Amino acid sequence: MSVPVQIVEDVVIKFAGDSGDGMQLTGSQFTNNSALIGNDLSTFPDFPAEIRAPQGTVPGVSGFQLHFSSNKIYTPGDNCDVLVAMNAAALKVNLKALKPGGIIIVDTDGFDTKNLRLANYADGVNPLENDSLRGYDVHKMDITKLTREALKEIQMGVKEKDRAKNMFVLGFLYWLYDRDLTSTFSFLHDKFGKRAEILESNIKALQAGYNYGDTTEAFTSRYKVEKAKLPAGVYRNITGNVALAYGLIAAAEKSSLPMFLGTYPITPASDILHELSRHKNFGVRTFQAEDEIAAITAAIGAAYGGSLGVTTTSGPGMALKAEAMGLAVMLEIPLVIVDIQRGGPSTGLPTKTEQSDLLQAYYGRNGECPMPVISASTPSDCFEAVYEAVRIAVEHMTPVIFLSDGYIANGAEPWRFPKSADLKTISVTFKKELAEGEAKYLPYKRDEKLVRPWAVPGTPGLEHRIGGLEKEDVTGNISYDPDNHQHMVKTREAKVEMIADHIPVQTLDSGPESGDVLVLGWGSTYGAIKSAVMELQAQGKSVAHAHLRHIRPFPRNLGDMLRSYKHVLIPEINNGQLIKIIRDKYLVDAIAFNKIKGTPITRTELVTAIGELLG
Amino acid sequence: MSDAVTAAATPLSAKDFATDQEVRWCPGCGDYSILKQVQTILPQTGIPREQIVIISGIGCSSRFPYYMNTYGMHSIHGRATAIASGLKATRPELSVWIVTGDGDGLSIGGNHTIHLLRRNFDVNILLFNNQIYGLTKGQYSPTSEVHKVTKSTPAGSLDHPFNPMALAMGAEGTFLARSMDRDPKHLQQMLLRANAHHGASFLEIYQNCNIFNDGAFEIFTEKGTRAAETLVLEQGKPLIYGTAKDKGIRMDGYKPQLVDLNAGGYSADDLWIHDEADMYKAQMITRFFDDPTAEGHFPRPFGVFYAKERSTYEDDMQLQIQEMVATKGKGNLDKLLSGKETWTIG
Repeated sequence: MSVPVQIVEDVVIKFAGDSGDGMQLTGSQFTNNSALIGNDLSTFPDFPAEIRAPQGTVPGVSGFQLHFSSNKIYTPGDNCDVLVAMNAAALKVNLKALKPGGIIIVDTDGFDTKNLRLANYADGVNPLENDSLRGYDVHKMDITKLTREALKEIQMGVKEKDRAKNMFVLGFLYWLYDRDLTSTFSFLHDKFGKRAEILESNIKALQAGYNYGDTTEAFTSRYKVEKAKLPAGVYRNITGNVALAYGLIAAAEKSSLPMFLGTYPITPASDILHELSRHKNFGVRTFQAEDEIAAITAAIGAAYGGSLGVTTTSGPGMALKAEAMGLAVMLEIPLVIVDIQRGGPSTGLPTKTEQSDLLQAYYGRNGECPMPVISASTPSDCFEAVYEAVRIAVEHMTPVIFLSDGYIANGAEPWRFPKSADLKTISVTFKKELAEGEAKYLPYKRDEKLVRPWAVPGTPGLEHRIGGLEKEDVTGNISYDPDNHQHMVKTREAKVEMIADHIPVQTLDSGPESGDVLVLGWGSTYGAIKSAVMELQAQGKSVAHAHLRHIRPFPRNLGDMLRSYKHVLIPEINNGQLIKIIRDKYLVDAIAFNKIKGTPITRTELVTAIGELLG
Repeated sequence: MSDAVTAAATPLSAKDFATDQEVRWCPGCGDYSILKQVQTILPQTGIPREQIVIISGIGCSSRFPYYMNTYGMHSIHGRATAIASGLKATRPELSVWIVTGDGDGLSIGGNHTIHLLRRNFDVNILLFNNQIYGLTKGQYSPTSEVHKVTKSTPAGSLDHPFNPMALAMGAEGTFLARSMDRDPKHLQQMLLRANAHHGASFLEIYQNCNIFNDGAFEIFTEKGTRAAETLVLEQGKPLIYGTAKDKGIRMDGYKPQLVDLNAGGYSADDLWIHDEADMYKAQMITRFFDDPTAEGHFPRPFGVFYAKERSTYEDDMQLQIQEMVATKGKGNLDKLLSGKETWTIG
């Protein structure tokens, strides 16, 4: 007999298990499936830095949080409705984020004596057998046993069979949320097509999980989340790092510059290299250098030769690139430095998110060394924001720092992707020959934007030398003249400041143009701020939200905007960095809200913080 | 005939490669000779000036680009090799020269030097070795002999020095040669050979720093001692050296042996014949690196140690792009952006 399907608007599921349990894959499959039925969604993968952290332990827990909805949503959700826990440690870590009355689906096999001990439960305590889970809707299944049973006909070891457990869980959830299995079937065919047994075991486990839902009466209702009411258009699902890679390819195409990526693998930036290296048919050259310094300097060499030079890294790598960034500032050549921030300092928290490289991006170089800084606010925004970074780099002949972070780099959301024809051309002018009356090429002769000409090797008659030593104005010859140095320092700064004339003015994301509180954000806090502010606005509170893409230079109207509110609140996943710059530049008594736990700020936390300001 | 063709047809001279910048090396520095030899051979290569790029790092030698009327970049310490790699990867048609020193190329930039060699970009590395830090006024370098007394090592240096040729060999270099500032003709030959090699050319040039390390290579460069202390490598010729060309090197089983051609019954026919393409022999020649004051020491070799073509990084990179275009078709941005799975709203 069939179980009735109940329509719900909004669901948050957390898939949690051991880092070897395949929870990231399960989560991303459910995500794609949700995307294809037209839900709005937002994800938050959260995993340990170790490839295989000690099995069964609390530090070894890997989680994937998915928020899907028939409404427009902006965050992966503060709390979850459903927790899938493959072992005792996963339950222990994630229970606090489960809503009262929430559904818990556990694999009882992960709650044996050994697993309970590894998860640090006291001797003889099993949360599934005492009343600690009272108040939740607990569904116990021996997923391991059920999977083995489903695969009994297949000739493969027990260990291999157990690897398909995650597909059983996925199948069960597909049943619970009334889904079609096709997207995962085709994924499995693509992934395991050549390995027949593995393909078969995964498909069988997936179907078995679905059928288990159908045949047992574990749930009295199934749920369905309808298509979201998003703006009309064609959508796809995308993560931040993939959007970023696509943004770079698009910018290379639209500037007619060949792209060169010089990079060194580092979490959480490596996926950009992985993605770009698959698209060499766009003429993309990817170069996995021997270290971070070689990565950026090779990109400088490529830019000097007339390519779109890009380097991608995270905080520790950016620190190593500092001297080379200074060279790019002196050479005044276009270059994009992408920093996918993570918890620091030093190696810090490689797989956790943080916004703590802003001051490094702003100031972290020797000498007076100004560089534009651009940031992305959501996974799909990485596309547009990096496109803008390239535009500024090329049109203003300057290295540009692009800041994203682990949260949006790995997070996913639906994306109404643009058409190639709708992307604005990025104009590049190479100097090809001496102008009328020009006796000699003057590499540091500037135009009205203070931009110098780009003459690349191979151009006859424009041979010239550039380098890291201070330049004489106009000629570019080496100069130790005191007045010239001061002039050049001021000129390089003025050039970057002048970019403010060529970027959009700051707009409000929502809220009144003046009032009680302006929440000013940058980067990945966008979703949380937006949801919190909208909630308060719905209560009639005078709260506005502005979110920065251009952090250096700031949009021209930002100062006036900040002065139009009684309070300015700046939430950041760091110890207060944007706030220092804002206070310094505008003398505004902004108030900080900081969270430095390696996790995103939640909507609830912000509602409270803003509420305190409103009094 | 167009102007461009006329211009190209006019042969360039060494003067065409000089710039209006005042050369600022110390009077008597070995760098002057190297600059002159480079300016002399470039017209012979027939490469148009605009196709030549000289990239340097930091150090005395790294001032070089300013004195060459080509494209050039005086970059940051140790990174010329990495910058050149990025340039060559994207502009394979350019003639890229790297000017570096023992500090720039083997100390702070050692990592990039070895990786450039294994990747085999078609560039020419000119490593000016003066066994001292000149620009920072006289500290020992990674090629300084052990126990060297310098400003930073008043009680003598402790570090065992690099053998640059053995290092380059170990880093899978495909062209290794050594020359000296005091032998313009030989240096010109070596520069031309380095340029002709398709792949990474590593040319170590013994260069005298007359201020901080004067006479470091005197024993190899001065008339009185040169013939006895140096071994000039020539393809297909036996390893003969000595004032009267009376000494040679033969193989004694697996070991090289010094022999006297006047005594001991050996003739030129018994000697080791130099073969640039023989990796095993080249390995051994790089090891002829004895202290020239030691008893029974080997002469110091000059010339091409090893030359073997191997595919270059930039050619392979280009090939990979062509192959991907052939199999997947030229990149289509709209297809990329939409991906395989989309859904429509409204």
